Amino acid sequence: MDGALLWHRLQFAFTALFHYIFPQLTMGLAPVIVWLRLRREERLADFLTRVFAINFAFGVVTGFPMEFQFGTNWAGLARYAGDVIGQTLAMEGIFAFFLESIFLGVLLWSKPTPRQKLGASIALWVGSWLSAYFILATHAFTEHPRGYVHAGDKLALVDLSEVLFNRWALTEVAHTLVAALVTASFVLAAMGAFYTLSKRHAPEARRLLGLGTALGLATSLAVAFPTGDQQAKLVARHQEPALAAMEGRFESGAMAGITLIGQPNVPEQRLDNPIRVPGALSFLAYGTFHGDVRGLNAFPRDEWPQNIELLYYAFHLMAGIGTLMIGLMALAMLQRFRKRLEATRPLLWTLMLAFPLPYIANAAGWLTAELGRQPWVIYGVLRTRDAASTNVHSGDVLFTLIGFCGLYLMLGLFFVFLIGREIMRGPGEAAHG
Amino acid sequence: MVEVWYALVAFAIAAYVVLDGYDLGAGMLHLFVAKTDDERRAVLGAIGPYWDGNEVWLLAIAGALFVAFPAVLAAAFSGMYLAMFMVLWALAFRGISIELRGQSKNELWRAFWDFVFAVASVVLVLLLGVALGNVLRGFPLDPKGMVVMPLFADFTPSPPTGLLDWYTVGIAAFAMVALARHAALFVAWKSSGDLQTRCATTARRAMPVVLALWLAAWATSLSVAHLRFRPLAIVFTLAAAGALGASFVLARRARWRAAFVASSAFLASVVFGVASATFPTVLRSIDDKSSLDATAAASSPHALAIGSLWYGFGILAVVVAFARQFRQVERDRP
Repeated sequence: MDGALLWHRLQFAFTALFHYIFPQLTMGLAPVIVWLRLRREERLADFLTRVFAINFAFGVVTGFPMEFQFGTNWAGLARYAGDVIGQTLAMEGIFAFFLESIFLGVLLWSKPTPRQKLGASIALWVGSWLSAYFILATHAFTEHPRGYVHAGDKLALVDLSEVLFNRWALTEVAHTLVAALVTASFVLAAMGAFYTLSKRHAPEARRLLGLGTALGLATSLAVAFPTGDQQAKLVARHQEPALAAMEGRFESGAMAGITLIGQPNVPEQRLDNPIRVPGALSFLAYGTFHGDVRGLNAFPRDEWPQNIELLYYAFHLMAGIGTLMIGLMALAMLQRFRKRLEATRPLLWTLMLAFPLPYIANAAGWLTAELGRQPWVIYGVLRTRDAASTNVHSGDVLFTLIGFCGLYLMLGLFFVFLIGREIMRGPGEAAHG
Repeated sequence: MVEVWYALVAFAIAAYVVLDGYDLGAGMLHLFVAKTDDERRAVLGAIGPYWDGNEVWLLAIAGALFVAFPAVLAAAFSGMYLAMFMVLWALAFRGISIELRGQSKNELWRAFWDFVFAVASVVLVLLLGVALGNVLRGFPLDPKGMVVMPLFADFTPSPPTGLLDWYTVGIAAFAMVALARHAALFVAWKSSGDLQTRCATTARRAMPVVLALWLAAWATSLSVAHLRFRPLAIVFTLAAAGALGASFVLARRARWRAAFVASSAFLASVVFGVASATFPTVLRSIDDKSSLDATAAASSPHALAIGSLWYGFGILAVVVAFARQFRQVERDRP
């Protein structure tokens, strides 16, 4: 059932990208809430906990389908690699999901003392980051498999610690968590700018702006360097065709340039209208301008990522927005040092409206990772076409994909309604009846 | 090791049935036992702090299968593809109905979400009951160990096989009534006044139906699911009978908490009894020729050994954390 593969992939991509809207904010907000509780800023912390809770609920609702799809849509992968990835996926359910739902129950349904609130907030932080760790360790195994052997027609786990402490996993965890902090900072800054512009909650508005811009600048820098840089070096070393496609590079050679702008032209095997920084790619990938970055032509066609255009644009969108975010936060910090931030209305407007940028960059980053490793679902070990459930008809998958589109449209509307109301209410006014 | 994992999967299923059972059951019942807005809020308040954590046991089941018996996860989940997505969507609708109901005081708004909550709960119990029935009856397995089957065929458990037949629907009916009674006892424990009286009536009326359907399920399963009379299976079945009787007596004396605990013991014993009576088959084929037993379906010995360490520890930690949460939430209730 060949036609089904595309629908399987689209459904997984759609449900994953929609799901990821929510955890990136909860992962980023969790440490901020802990920080505020440590500094006894309970009012603001309670407000952010309510924002956290709404995001968490939607994250759980959209997270269940992710785990289930390994059985329903990717039965080939589950059978072939369950020995290894079953471990890390189940760890997430047992340690992280339970931890979070139990302590969220404590925060929302009992009358905890500030000490207990701090304890529960720390548990939520640990839970959300552990969750990320286990999922990313699973993902890292598929990008850079370690700690397994082939056993007949499937894989067998040899060393769990090699799976958990895979170099790729550690790098990816750092890059992803810093990116989640970027999302949280942009959301904090946007709320601060919104309250400042609408002249409400003045003390909290100042605090939100301050937290958002300081954390925002630090994390926007760190998401590019060192974490993004390390991630790219791993791709350069272990997934050469992916790097070549990300850069739209067909020919090999030293002094490889980074493409700032250009359109990949796959039929003609060249990059149209490029603007390049010469040598930069060689230097970034290998630490020397003489590093030979091989182009796509150096690899057999069946090892090329299948959608080079989308991969190229996703990667450049992520990098471009990343640069924009550094610039914006640097400007905001500059104005803050001049004590002019709250008076610079155009900048406040920009900060208020800029919160989608990290969401888009995160989505583009995931697209880059997932398209780059094609045609492999476990890099070099299992091809994507062998991973899908062979017994599910393409019409069934299309049906559930359309179903998800409808359901998630509705979920998205409810989310905007709920989160909008919480932000309109703002800190201080207790909600929930 | 294989036996340990078989027991862990059974434990996760039992925990899910007992825990999510009462909040699913509360969803099925609340339109009938809770008439006013205050009463409906009382039902939602009773399950509010727990339903989310209870649902995670469903992930714990999937997780245990993924670690220990990935072939079973792959065959059963993909074989019941559309039903699994109905489960996921019903879970989503249940979650949002609980979240959104309280967001407006408008009567129609609340009535609408109450209805969604009830329908989603009923659909979930039916689907999960049917899924369990399918696992017991067995799947039409192809040579690769995968499943293709329609929604229903001739409605009998013998080939041609469909998701629905009188056996799987019967198991679902038993699940529905048993969980309705389970939830009635839970809400009765957590409430007072008219709500409690109506729950008491529901529990009393459900009792003979639970007993009859349980006996019918046992009798039909003997042939359909090839149950084996093992000492352990008999012990659990006797324990289930005892727990059901105890819960009946305790409910008559209006000792709701104890009756609910006894009902939990009944449900758990039923799950353990069935699990011991079907061991070692983990993926039954409809003709029983290509059935997979636990050893054949299991992951590598190393994966099982290291997995049992952290999974066992994790389950223990969850139980402790859950008990603490329960104490704290119940203490602070207004």
